[in-house]
Amino acid sequence: MATEEKHVSRSGRTRLAVAGARTATRSAFGETPRGDRLGGVLFPALLLLALAFALGGLASLLVWSLVEGFPRLDPELFTNNPSRLFPETAGYRTALIGTLYVISGVIMLIVPIGVGAAVYLEEYADKQRWYNRLIELNIQNLAGVPSIVFGILGLAFIARGPLNLGFVAATGSVTLALLVLPTVILAAREAIRAVPPSIREASLALGATRWQTIARQVLPASIPGILTGVILAVARAIGEAAPLLLVGAVTFVTFNPAPFNGGYSVLPVQIYTYAVRPQEEFKVLAAAGVIVMLVALLAMNSFAIWLRNRYERRW
Amino acid sequence: MSANTSDASAAGASSARRLLGASSPRYGEKAIRAFLAVCAGLSIAVTTAIVVSLVVPSISFFGEVPIRDFLFGTGWFPDFGADAQFGVLPIVVGTLTVVVISLLVAIPVGLLSAIYLAEYAPPRLRRIVKPALEVLEGIPTVAIGLFALLFLRPLAETLLPFLPWRTPFAVGIAGVAVGLMIVPLVASVSEDAMRAVPGTLREGAYALGSTKSRVSLRVVFPAAISGIVAACVLATSRAIGETMVVLIAAGATPQIIPPWEVTESIQTMTAYIGSTATGDIATGSTQYDAIFAVGSLLFVMTLIMNMIAIRLVRRFREAYE
Repeated sequence: MATEEKHVSRSGRTRLAVAGARTATRSAFGETPRGDRLGGVLFPALLLLALAFALGGLASLLVWSLVEGFPRLDPELFTNNPSRLFPETAGYRTALIGTLYVISGVIMLIVPIGVGAAVYLEEYADKQRWYNRLIELNIQNLAGVPSIVFGILGLAFIARGPLNLGFVAATGSVTLALLVLPTVILAAREAIRAVPPSIREASLALGATRWQTIARQVLPASIPGILTGVILAVARAIGEAAPLLLVGAVTFVTFNPAPFNGGYSVLPVQIYTYAVRPQEEFKVLAAAGVIVMLVALLAMNSFAIWLRNRYERRW
Repeated sequence: MSANTSDASAAGASSARRLLGASSPRYGEKAIRAFLAVCAGLSIAVTTAIVVSLVVPSISFFGEVPIRDFLFGTGWFPDFGADAQFGVLPIVVGTLTVVVISLLVAIPVGLLSAIYLAEYAPPRLRRIVKPALEVLEGIPTVAIGLFALLFLRPLAETLLPFLPWRTPFAVGIAGVAVGLMIVPLVASVSEDAMRAVPGTLREGAYALGSTKSRVSLRVVFPAAISGIVAACVLATSRAIGETMVVLIAAGATPQIIPPWEVTESIQTMTAYIGSTATGDIATGSTQYDAIFAVGSLLFVMTLIMNMIAIRLVRRFREAYE
């Protein structure tokens, strides 16, 4: 609210200053040059055009998938198993179940680890120490590592190698959790930092220990921010396909997957395997899958943004 | 005298500790702190694991293929058995072609949108458009790839029939789609940078009689330049690492083509990794290790870009406070 008021008064001041300066320039140099006046119209038009192009391009993606996939938006899409032979009746059932398994695994991993890391970095870590600075820089860097590199990590370290989980849904969970963990940590840190120190000081002054202060005052106050971060991270994990290509999600599964054994597939990867088939009907099926995924993701993203705006508290 | 006072203060401190100190050693507090530290330290473990899992197979790869042949070879035929060639240049050039095309789309569109949102847009419009851009940033790349292959590609063929469309795949289409994907990122980050420029700079420029477009382009833009450059670097890094769009829409032909042949099919580093790892190749073979060698190169490229971007972002955040 404070910034809003500042903005208003500033623009008022700006208007006055501009009017004064214009009069001064005009009386000294005559009318504004024609080029400037023309630029004053053309430039905003160009800017609006760019914005319209950006929003329009992405909006046309939404419209296209709706139009293209609409013929296959039937209950069979959700209840039938995937098929290589019958695109007219093939569905996404096992892929949807696989997605559910993978994503519940992701949530179980990222919430405690992400919040724990954020609490450590905000409440305990001494920023002067080199190792804490290293952790911070490292998290920022991990946030920019391409997702397929996490796939390589999953292949070499989790599916095979030290963890040796095999190509199962749990491997997908761990791989995706590591991929989105930086997002959760960064969001949770923002939320924890927004709790003012006076709350902590009051709690400590009443004799609460450090952890009691964090668990009963700081964390409850920062839940909306943390939740926003978790939803955004989960939304990203649902749409992510590239790392899962490397950890076994491309198998054609025609039975219900289990978390710790047997093959699995997830929605985006199933869409990809349909999309690369030559028959036209598979493309329609893929587009229908895109609709399902987009609806779920747009709902989650919008909810996260609404949550952030709704609970953004100024102390 | 001095010994006396120090004794007294020590006694005072110890009695104070008796009164206010914890009544138990609080092992629980220590255990929680240790657990939280482990959570934070996990990120270091992940990075170490990434580096180890990239480097170990890469070493055995470079035992088979000389590093010079890898970096400067122009033939990328890893599946040709005894005649296999591991010159990475074609897929690096393919990656860079996609990156350049996507930046040609994303940077002008993203920056102009950012200028509009930061300087021109009425607050109400901005409150709608900014979150909308954030939502669009979350569109899964599979969807964008499909859109490029099934919608943009036929559309381009209708609009530009004089170009030689030989395959269903085209590097130009993939590049445009990747560009469309990173526009929200460029717009959002550079808009933040422009809004961080203090209003007094704008007022100063207006007081000198500047027009609004001149203020935007000659005052705000240069003042926010480190954030804007950071946005572009981040976008480049994102475009280098993008997998699904190029896997679906750019085809799988590792060839070096002149940049104006936008209708040709190419292969990128990420698409190679994605498509090879899904096939069945024997663990420990040279083809298998090649995935990791390409992955290492990709990791190093994006790491450098991210370091630059992080440094630039930090600079623009601290500039005016």
